[in-house]
Amino acid sequence: MKATVVLVSVDSNSVLKGAREYKNLFSQLIGEYNLSEMVDVLETGSFGVYMDGVLVEVLPDGVFYLVKSTEDVKKIVEEHLLKGRRVSSLEVLPEKVRSTVVETEELVKETRIVLRNAGTIDPTNIREYIANDGYAALAKVLKEMKPAEVIEEIKKSGLRGRGGAGFPTGLKWEFTYKTNADQKYILCNADEGEPGTFKDRLIMEGDPHSVIEGMAIAAYAVGATKGYIYIRGEYYESIRNIQKAIDDAYEYGLLGDNILGTDFSFHLSIRLGAGAYICGEETALMESIEGKAGRPRLKPPYPPVSGLFGKPTVINNVETFANVAPIILNGAEWFKKYGTENSAGTKVFTLVGNVVKRGLVEVPMGTTVRELIYTFGGGVANGRKLKMVQTGGTAGTFIGPDKLDTPLDYDSFKNYGVSIGSGVILVVDDSHCAVDIGLNVFKFFEHESCGKCTPCREGTRVIIQTFEKLSKGTATKQDIEYLWQLAELMEKGSLCGLGQSVPVPLRSLLDNFKDEIYAHIDGKCPTGICKMETKKKKKVYTRY
Amino acid sequence: MPKIKSLEELMKIKEDAIKDLKLRQSGKRGKVIVAMGTCGIAAGAKETLKAIVDAINEFGVDDIAVVQSGCMGLCDVEPTVEVSLMDEEPVIYGNVTPEQARRIVEKHLKNGEIVADLVVKRGEV
Repeated sequence: MKATVVLVSVDSNSVLKGAREYKNLFSQLIGEYNLSEMVDVLETGSFGVYMDGVLVEVLPDGVFYLVKSTEDVKKIVEEHLLKGRRVSSLEVLPEKVRSTVVETEELVKETRIVLRNAGTIDPTNIREYIANDGYAALAKVLKEMKPAEVIEEIKKSGLRGRGGAGFPTGLKWEFTYKTNADQKYILCNADEGEPGTFKDRLIMEGDPHSVIEGMAIAAYAVGATKGYIYIRGEYYESIRNIQKAIDDAYEYGLLGDNILGTDFSFHLSIRLGAGAYICGEETALMESIEGKAGRPRLKPPYPPVSGLFGKPTVINNVETFANVAPIILNGAEWFKKYGTENSAGTKVFTLVGNVVKRGLVEVPMGTTVRELIYTFGGGVANGRKLKMVQTGGTAGTFIGPDKLDTPLDYDSFKNYGVSIGSGVILVVDDSHCAVDIGLNVFKFFEHESCGKCTPCREGTRVIIQTFEKLSKGTATKQDIEYLWQLAELMEKGSLCGLGQSVPVPLRSLLDNFKDEIYAHIDGKCPTGICKMETKKKKKVYTRY
Repeated sequence: MPKIKSLEELMKIKEDAIKDLKLRQSGKRGKVIVAMGTCGIAAGAKETLKAIVDAINEFGVDDIAVVQSGCMGLCDVEPTVEVSLMDEEPVIYGNVTPEQARRIVEKHLKNGEIVADLVVKRGEV
């Protein structure tokens, strides 16, 4: 171990800004200055904030730098590492990075369970994960707990699926546990196709072992011996880190046959998605792993009874699995201290759109939309006014500023009409038009609809046609009424979650932004974004 | 790497890994500052720094941060090492060779005794 460590935040965003190159340059320069015995350069996951450059932390000094060019790297090596002088021109205050916002002398802090290690450990080094209680939960269940006890603990904790639907995880495991079969599977849904969501990516990049440990515990609980992580193909960093983590876990005997000297065996491998949104739907994902086209299956039977290759299968989101090990270690009661009555624990939110601090935060369930935007996100960017927020992803609800104080949990959709979904908070300022945003969202659904069932395939097309008419100022009130009927039809008639969830953004948009939509019927776009077709004027003949 | 076969083996790895990680944390009992200006490096501060890190590992002193700094103005007694513990007056040692560095770690950091024959200054520089 060396005296000084340079942590380079490497994730998909910073890689595009040259994180890898900077890291290599650091290593190279440190070698040139003969410092390699003293200074280590390590990659770590995202620090959780996005700045115009690559964030680097020098430890144990605890100094953060924002690197924008190779010159900056040189400066840091020559000044800080060689001579011990801080480069104040490149320094970033730790408060800005570690997401602690000082607000009238009161510290507003994140609560990190899922992201406990992201940005502090080297994700490619299994020993650092082990040092932070890694695999202790797996050892605990293998040595001390019966499968039924594990399931009971997860049930008691109130953990619910973090993919968006919020199904109780313990129940899902119990159903699988109770089904008799010669082979059972554990699947991790890491397809993360919801536009604006990137929490799973950062979990996998920053702390891949937490997902693997969660899956292994699930496998022990339900009696599965094989598992797959289905990662979307564009997530190069996640794939790299997860693969490294799996290899290391096999080497250390934490995956494979006879884990930790017991007779429990679990084999895990990666399967890659090819970029279809529908493959994030659990049954379509299974079809895809089986080598077929990614189309959803008719439910029931549900995956715990007949899933992958027709065998009982547990399928959970990345974030759900990452919650498992801390629950086992600290107990269900500890977990229930966070969050609300029916939604225990924390949730990772991604803040995107017109917000000052884009990035991700992990906060207890029940945090309001206002807190997320103004406390953690730093408010609306460019000094503009807030117009709308889409919560929960593209398939989530559009709300106006009047609903900002809604606490977000799995009941907020039922109680307030604000969905939590996959945890996206898309902030839209007043320079945007509601119809235009809607058109964008529904074009996404039309493009991603697989076409297997009619309500979804045709319904999305009709919605787009109506919104195009609205944006040209040629729609009528009857068209809007028809959209309401269509929403009900799609919700009840669609085969899978894709078609069933399109009505969520549709209804909330029609409901919360009624005035603006009706203005379009009258041929006016309040923001001036939609180019209205000038209605043909009747020629008026005047007789002289 | 042989496969982990028991809980004890996992805990053993955990302890080893924690030791490695502790060097990295800030917010410790105190710090050792090695002056790494040109003068210090020319006088062999790099070897001293290396010796300090090795000795810290050897003696299992895990609550002290090793930090580098610039020249503190005592160029004639380089390499200089400043030991500043939380509730003590900082002590500056001069002419610290790797062997002396080992002594400082053992005596001062581990046992809390100041190595009197090497002290060049006490208090803030």
